[in-house]
Amino acid sequence: MYFGMNEHIMKQVGIRGKDIVVLGVEKKSVAKLQEERTVRKICALDEHVCMAFAGLTADARIVINRARVECQSHRLTVEDPVTVEYITRYIATLKQRYTQSNGRRPFGISALIVGFDYDGTPRLYQTDPSGTYHAWKANAIGRSAKTVREFLEKNYTDESIASDKDAIKLAIKALLEVVQSGGKNIELAVIRRNQPLKILESKEIETLVAEIEKEKEEEAEKKKQKKSS
Amino acid sequence: MEYLIGIQGPDFVLVAADNVAASSIIQMKHDYDKMFKLSEKILLLCVGEAGDTVQFAEYIQKNVQLYKMRNGYELSPAAAANFTRKNLADYLRSRTPYHVNLLLAGYDEADGPGLYYMDYLSALAKAPFAAHGYGAFLTLSILDRYYRPGDSAISITRLNKRFILNLPSFTVRLIDKDGIHDMEKLPIGPK
Repeated sequence: MYFGMNEHIMKQVGIRGKDIVVLGVEKKSVAKLQEERTVRKICALDEHVCMAFAGLTADARIVINRARVECQSHRLTVEDPVTVEYITRYIATLKQRYTQSNGRRPFGISALIVGFDYDGTPRLYQTDPSGTYHAWKANAIGRSAKTVREFLEKNYTDESIASDKDAIKLAIKALLEVVQSGGKNIELAVIRRNQPLKILESKEIETLVAEIEKEKEEEAEKKKQKKSS
Repeated sequence: MEYLIGIQGPDFVLVAADNVAASSIIQMKHDYDKMFKLSEKILLLCVGEAGDTVQFAEYIQKNVQLYKMRNGYELSPAAAANFTRKNLADYLRSRTPYHVNLLLAGYDEADGPGLYYMDYLSALAKAPFAAHGYGAFLTLSILDRYYRPGDSAISITRLNKRFILNLPSFTVRLIDKDGIHDMEKLPIGPK
């Protein structure tokens, strides 16, 4: 039932770096008259955890609200911030409950949850409407997720995520594989260790996209030269 | 006996609380912090019934943080004060009232510094200066006599040192447009 849903879902990519976690989302282009106060698909759950969802936005609002309350409740009772795994498990348990009780339909969202644990370890998890969750080093959900995952399997190496900027670039490259019209339709969020969620401005994204395209051209040039010699 | 004081200046609020945690006649701790950071620019000072203080203050603290997560921006000091008062009032006529006396100090981008006095009966008053505890009897009269709205931070800290009673040291903090700053812990010495 859930495998067919992928085709309608906007592309999303999550990358776990060494000191940074990156979430990239394909932005839906808005109608001319609609205000571009971005329909945020990336939301902070707590200061050190954030999530990107794909699917029914209305359902996502409910899940996100419950997760936010749980994050504070955890801090109140245990005096520690949640681990990324804990809050993922909470969200997944919530989703599963709705697949097994009568009179309710499942939450129509898949989520990528990223953040840093209290001890500084970066984490990336994916949940789906059935209520299962898995940890990933890098993942994509939505349209053409398979193609992107293959791209990531080839290109996710220790080198490629060596620095924060590299990790961000890898996320953009992965999105560009499938997103039409380039940088304008990409929304990117990063969390660095011990820093709150930062959503990149479109200017920053366009600068990085330009860099990536330049690198691509340089690569192509080198290959040409090799061939001709 | 526990003691809190707050003084509002032209662009800051200065607050101090004693550092004693006592259990009947024994001082359990002499370095106890009675201030709770609600957000980057709001402090809640809380004294009263043992247990009620931390329970209530932490509950308010987490709810203020939840507001920030849900809405993307922080509650203003006035809103936080009224939220606190409402909670206290709701619990007052229940089977489990909280016996706590509070000072809420904050800095708002638009309205500037603000100090709010709240007691266990859930009275709320915005005031230029306020205090709780037996020490308040003595210090409020001093403040009434000498407080000027334009006072600088230094003269106000000196005023703090006049407070007597057997309280060995105080935690002092300042809130201004740049956030919350720790000032030196004031020991009461001969003066």
